[in-house]
Order: sequence, then C-alpha cells, then structure tokens
Amino acid sequence: MNPAVTNPGGVPALTKKDFATDQEVRWCPGCGDYAILNAVQQVFPELGIPKEKFVIVSGIGCSSRFPYYMNTFGFHSIHGRAPAIASGVKLARPDLSVWVATGDGDALAIGGNHIIHMLRRNMDVKVLMFNNRIYGLTKGQYSPTSEQFKKTKSTPFGSLDRPFNPIALALGAEATFVARAIDIYANHLKEVIRAAARHKGSAFIEIYQNCNIFNDHAFDAVREKDTRDENAVTLEHGKPLVFGKNRDKGLRLNGLDFEVVDLSSAGGSAGDLFVHDETAENAGAAFLLAHLGDRPGAPTPIGVFRRVERPAFDEMAARQIREVTEKLGPGELETLLNSGDVWEVGP
Amino acid sequence: MTVDTKSTGTRNVQRLERVVIRFAGDSGDGIQLTGSQFTATSAVAGNDLATLPDYPAEIRAPAGTLPGVSGFQISFASTDIYTPGDAPDVLVAMNPAALKVNLPDLRPNGVLIVNEDAFAEKDLDKAGYTVNPLEDGSLDKFQLFKVPLSKLTRTALEGVGLATRDVDRSKNFFALGMMYWLYNRPPETTKRWIRENFKNNAVLAEANLKALQAGYSYSEATEIFQQTYDVPPAPLAPGRYRNVSGNQALALGFIAASKKSGLPLFQGSYPITPASDILHELSRYKNFGVTTFQAEDEIAAIGATIGASFAGSLAITTTSGPGVALKSEAIGLATMVELPLVICNIQRGGPSTGLPTKTEQADLFQALYGRNSEAPVPVLAAATPGDCFAIAYEAARIAIKYMTPVFVLTDGYLANGSEPWKLPGVEDLPEIPVRFRTDPEGFRPYQRDPGTLARPWAVPGTPGLEHRVGGLEKQDGTGNVSYDPLNHELMVKLRAEKIARIVMEVPDVEVFGDPGGGDLLVVGWGSTYGAIHGAVRQKRSEGRSVSHVHLRHLNPMPGNLGDVLGRFRKVLVPEMNMGQLSFVLRGRYLVDAQGLNKIQGRPFTEAEIAARIDALVGGKK
Repeated sequence: MNPAVTNPGGVPALTKKDFATDQEVRWCPGCGDYAILNAVQQVFPELGIPKEKFVIVSGIGCSSRFPYYMNTFGFHSIHGRAPAIASGVKLARPDLSVWVATGDGDALAIGGNHIIHMLRRNMDVKVLMFNNRIYGLTKGQYSPTSEQFKKTKSTPFGSLDRPFNPIALALGAEATFVARAIDIYANHLKEVIRAAARHKGSAFIEIYQNCNIFNDHAFDAVREKDTRDENAVTLEHGKPLVFGKNRDKGLRLNGLDFEVVDLSSAGGSAGDLFVHDETAENAGAAFLLAHLGDRPGAPTPIGVFRRVERPAFDEMAARQIREVTEKLGPGELETLLNSGDVWEVGP
Repeated sequence: MTVDTKSTGTRNVQRLERVVIRFAGDSGDGIQLTGSQFTATSAVAGNDLATLPDYPAEIRAPAGTLPGVSGFQISFASTDIYTPGDAPDVLVAMNPAALKVNLPDLRPNGVLIVNEDAFAEKDLDKAGYTVNPLEDGSLDKFQLFKVPLSKLTRTALEGVGLATRDVDRSKNFFALGMMYWLYNRPPETTKRWIRENFKNNAVLAEANLKALQAGYSYSEATEIFQQTYDVPPAPLAPGRYRNVSGNQALALGFIAASKKSGLPLFQGSYPITPASDILHELSRYKNFGVTTFQAEDEIAAIGATIGASFAGSLAITTTSGPGVALKSEAIGLATMVELPLVICNIQRGGPSTGLPTKTEQADLFQALYGRNSEAPVPVLAAATPGDCFAIAYEAARIAIKYMTPVFVLTDGYLANGSEPWKLPGVEDLPEIPVRFRTDPEGFRPYQRDPGTLARPWAVPGTPGLEHRVGGLEKQDGTGNVSYDPLNHELMVKLRAEKIARIVMEVPDVEVFGDPGGGDLLVVGWGSTYGAIHGAVRQKRSEGRSVSHVHLRHLNPMPGNLGDVLGRFRKVLVPEMNMGQLSFVLRGRYLVDAQGLNKIQGRPFTEAEIAARIDALVGGKK
C-alpha cells in the first residue's frame, strides 16, 4: 500500500521516517524487536491518523522500550501497568489512537489482571504483545509462556509451571479482536496490525518474537523457511484452512476438535475443510484453533482468530456523559454547592 | 448546661446549650439513617453540630450480637462546637447488645431510651446478659424510658399492607419521631426526605411517614417525658450553610477545581472503606463532565489516573491506607514523570486490613515517605468535614501549578462525620490557571519554569510536541533516558527543590491563643482539630497559658512553624497514632515535642486532651 495516498481528511502524508526518533535503538543485535518496530513504523503512516494523535504506552521489559523508538507521544511506565495507564489516556481522550507495547512477562505475569480487564471492557486500545517465552531484561528466567520443564537461570532443574496460551487467555477474557503474527514475516504482521487499527475496541496481537540471546530458536518450527509451511496455518477470513509446503493439508472439524486432512490422499476432500470466520459470534472454533498448536502433528495458526463488534468502553463512557448532560443540563457549580438542605444565617 | 426552664402549656421546655445524643442498634436497624436525619433536621434548625457515625465492618453481623452494633452520635448546640461530644446525654438503644456496648459512655443521670420489646430472653442471651438489665436496678443511675417500640410501630402501621418483618424495619422512624418531639424539632425535613427517597415505593413511604408521626404523637400524648428540650440556633457566621460529610465535601472540592480550571475531572478508584462514598458521590455528576472509572484494582485505579493526567485531565484517585500501599510504585512513577494528580487517603485503623470502619491517622509516614528512593510528594490534611472541600481544591491547584502528585489525608472520622458548612462563593475560589504547552518551538519535555520548577504539560494530540516520558531517570531538560551519575543527583535535587518551593503556597500557621509564646503549644493535624481546639479553649478559659496550632500542610510545612514552636516552653502533639507528627517535628525542628497518642479506632475526647494539658501545665487555678 502506498502511504502517500491514504491520507483522508487532508492529513499531511506521513512516511516511516516521521515515526523514527533520534534515540539509538538499544536492543541486542538480531533481536526480533527490530522487525516489529519496522513493521509498526511502516503501518502507522498509512492509517490516516495525525502523528500527534498516537500514544504508545508500555510497561517494563525489552519490548517496553518500544515507545522510545517511536516518534509519537509515548509513556514507558511501570511493570505490568500499561493497560491501566492506556485506559486512562483513552478514557480522557477518546480521539487518540492508543497502543500498548508489552511482553509475555509484562502482560501475562505481573500485569495479567490489567490485560484481562481491559480486554473484557473492550477499551479501544491496541495491544502488541511480544512473546519470546523468556525474561530477557532480567537475563533469562522462565516466563508465563515458557514451556513446562524449561531449564533457565531460575529453574536449573526445570520449571514446573504450565504455560499460558495467550490467545486462549484473550479469548477467555472476551477480547473482541485476537490475532497472532510472527516478528519476521513483515507483510503478514503489517496486515494484522492494520486490521487491529481498523477494529473498534480492544485488539490483542500476540507476536512470536525471537530472543536470540536467552531463548534462541524458540519459534523455529513456525519461523524458519524450511519448516514453517508444514507447521503453521494462516487464518484467512472466509477461506478454508489449508497448509503445507504444497498446500496439501487441511483442517476439518471432527466432533469437538479439529483434525488434519491429507488432501493428497483418497480420503481427503477440500470440500470438508473448515472455513474460517473471524466474525463468528460463537468463540468455540477460535478456542479450538488457539489450542491447535499444542498438539503434536497439528499446525500453529497465525492470523486473526476473532474479530467481533461490540461497543467500546471509552465510547460508551463518553456517551453516558453526553446523555446525562443532555438530560440534566450542564452542571452549574453554584447550583451544586447550594443543593440539598441549605439554610441562611443572617448577620 | 441548663440555661433556663419555662413552661409552655402542658409541656415543660428546658433550654439547653448543647446536647449529645447517641442512637445505637443492630447494623440492620437503620441507625445511620436515623442519625443522619436527626443531623439534617438540626442543621436546618440552625444549630452548630458535629457527628460521629460508628458502624461495624460486617454488613450484617449476626442480629442482636455485640459485633453487630451500629452507632451514630450527634452533638448539636447553640454555641460553636468542635467535636461530637465526649459522653452522650441521651442514649437510644434498640436492643440489649446496643445497650451493653454503649452504656459505659452515657453520662450519669443521662436519658436512656430502650426498645423494651427487644429484651426477651434470647435477645439478652445474644448480648451476654444473664439477667435483664431493665429489671435488675443496674440502670438506676440513669433516666430510663422503656418504650415498646416494636409493638407501637406495629400498631401504628396496621393496614398499611406490609409484612411484620418490614413493619419492624420502620421502628427507627418511630424512635426518630420521639426524639423530634423531645427536642422540639419539626419533622418536616425528614418527611420531605422520605417522600423523595421512597417516591417509587408508595407503601414504604407511607409506612415510614406514619411511624415517624406515631413516635412524635406517642410522646406528646403519653407525656412519657416530663419535659422537652430546646437548643436554639448557634451564632454561626452569616452566610448560606448546608450540612456536609467529609467525603461529600471532598467530592465537591474536586468538582469545583475542575470547573475553575476548565479541566475535565477524572477519578480512578477501587472500592474501599471508608473512601467508597467519594466514588459514589462523583459518579452522580456526569453532567459536570466527570469521568469515574471503577478499576479492577488499586494499581489500575492510579494507573488510569496517571494516564488521564498525561492526557490532560484533572485526575484523582481515592482510597484508604491499604490501597495507598498498592499504589506506591505508581506514585513514584508520577513523581518521576512529573504529572499532576491527587491521591486521597481516607485513613482507617491498620496495619493491613486493620479496622476498616474505624478511624486512625497512622498513614502520615506512608504519605511522607512511603515510596522507594527519594520521591517527595506534597501532603495536605483536612481538619474538619467542611475543610475537606478547601483541601481538595487546594491539592488540585498545587498539583497543576507544580506538576506533581499531591497527597490528601483525611480519615474515617472526617469522611463520615458531618458539620454545618458555610458555602464558599464560587467567585471567591482562587483561580486555577492551566497552561498546556502548545508551541513546538524549542519544546523540551523537562524544561522547568524558573519559579515553580514545574515542567511543561504537553498533552497528546498537540502537534509537534510528540515526546516520551517514563520511569527511567531523565536527562535534565530533554527528558531523555540518562544514567549519568551527576545528572541523577541533579534530578533528585531538582525534584526535591520543586516540592520544597511549594512552601510559597503555604500560609504561615496562625496560633490560637498566645502568638508571642507561652507555657504550652498543642500541635495537631487532621481530624484531631475539634478535640484539641475545644480542650485548649476550655483550658484558656480557666487561665492556662496554652495555645493551639493546627497543620493543614504536612509537606512542605508552613515557613514560620519552626519559629512558632520555639516560642513555647512545651509542645504537645496529640495524634491517633504512635507519634508520627511528633517524630517529624523533633527531627525537623529539634523541638522536644511530647506525644499524646490514642490508637483505639476512636477520636480523642476533649477531656482526654484537657487532662494532658493539666498534667503538663498544672491543674485548675
């Protein structure tokens, strides 16, 4: 998409350069964060939103350094609290485009409470959750998305926690937009970010992000060119779920779960395949897809799992103020102070 | 106390200067409602008054038991008063448990009105009485009035169409009617309130009105009381008055600050006793542009508040001590990013969950120092329920002018207590100028105003001012992240200096008593104002050289405080904690401040403070 043409409302055309800051980017060389930064800097100018209306809020962690590298209003806050701060920004100024940059530790451990509540409220805030399945900034402890029995600095004999499935968690929190992308697949990532920007309400994007220092190769199966086609299925709205290097495999429902169909064999028919519907009212299929990657032999879905329309909290809050004001008239301080049982004491 | 006695027709009216009444009953008996109605009526009658609601933390502890007792004390007078009174003159006890809990406070020969229908054996059992106190002579030193409140209410409400259980719930209005007759109060204010509050339930409205009238008529017809009492209006300063609680006044103060500053008010809060009423109050005022956000927890509440402040709102968060503990990291963040917000701590007994419904002022250290590293925050404390308005307003003004979080301390006693409040003139309120940065030319996020050291408020949406703030140390001026050692020291000192300069906003303390000095200075802060002031006045009238200073600004403290402290031979600091202000005064001014410390979840009585004054500067002359 050419950024120069998408500027409705006479907003001066912006370019990627407009969103870069003068700050030196201080992620480790080879970190997946660079690719995400690049994608966001490419998408923002296309959105037709004036630069000063973007606010990016982050918590603590490698990913949370994100705002320093984006030339928008930015708030690098405290660990886990970005969704709360972003909610306040959005409630105070619903006209702003508010984004949260966070990680698996920031969003799902210390900030777990805030993220689920922001999602259930459908606050119009977009969340970019960089999932590297490790604590990077504190130098390598396991995270809430690390696989069980992982040996890390804090778990030399293996971690005992079962990991969160971020997509299932977001769906469970009634998020209205839930998606997954991979750091280095720029076009797909940008498409998902654009879709999130267009969505009215909370948007949750889990981005598989490789930490080449503390958890290298965590996503090789879906990230490496020679394996990804066999191990990932791209969700496309209205299309059957097909994957494989030769697009020779598909997914169909069998009872209450998906099964892989070999399209090249006699029993495999493309007509049986499940057709993905992002907008399905019933989140059941989205939940099945969320857990699909946990099963051996089944592919990990990437793309938009769910996209449904619900009133956004900030919009409703603003409307309530408008409606009450219309009904009661704008509040007068003098009248307010003098309300109730007031009496006069003469001189 | 007695001024004169006169006879009007059949009833004997005695004129009194001041009366203290305590209503007590089960927490389901509507005691708080009864008390607040008597308060509203006395306010309209022009009395000065002070109230002390006292209720259990449990919503409905087992009926009839001691932990379930709820009380409401009101003192009303024809003179200036400062506290809800030490010992009640009248106790209305709806059951044996209420009698047992409250009787020790009733003054000798005080009036004791009991609901004798509630003294069956099982009721006595629940309260731990082995013999009926109404019959064993143990109440002989009081004027005991045994009234079959339940039976009388049932008779009065026959045919209204309510179940007995619901009829019984109107008996508080019967008792209220009796008290109105006893103190010559017209029941009109309460009748209006019943009609308004039960406008959607005609049956309940009728029942309560009937019970109220029945109580009044019963007293009149039976001549149960040989005399009635009259408390004439108090000589309050001329003006318009209304009765407010501290929490109400606080809410109104923030709305006033919002109106005057032209900034929309944003409140992020999580329900907590005794602060929740501020959220209830402000959530009603959407037509004032108020956004109230009931967050998922205390941290999210202040998080959203910081976000709203970043986006240009007048942003406040309201809580109590345990909530402040959760918010402290975020308060540090607000100190670092230098954004204006107000944090209200309606203190309660602690530590931990402590005594949720009881008062204490033990969070002064928490407000002054309760953050990691050097994170100075201005601290203001209200002295009376009405003063909560002025303190809220002042806190908002300072926050905006100096771009800083500001603490407001009140406590359960101020929050729920009420007093007649002289309405401020809207035009008399100080201006709250707001200067959002709009000019991108030469904009630096941490460029400071040379006078206040405040940084510019550059809100999102302003073209050309895109910038980043955060919790990492800032480079002076640019606000870029900096780990430079000398820059860090400079920034720590700049943040401290900015708060220290707020002393320019703090009026000098005024000494009540002898400004030139004397034997004893009693220094207080917060809700102890009334008890200290009353005691000091009394002792001065007895010729003691004792004065009173009350601090509303705890950080920074008034510029002349050190001088004033030095003029007195002794300094006494009564506090509802283990001596937090006296510790600060000793540390800061090297003064030998002595503490008078009460940690019982209850406010000081005037007598307690007067006794300590006697001990320090001799007894009666």
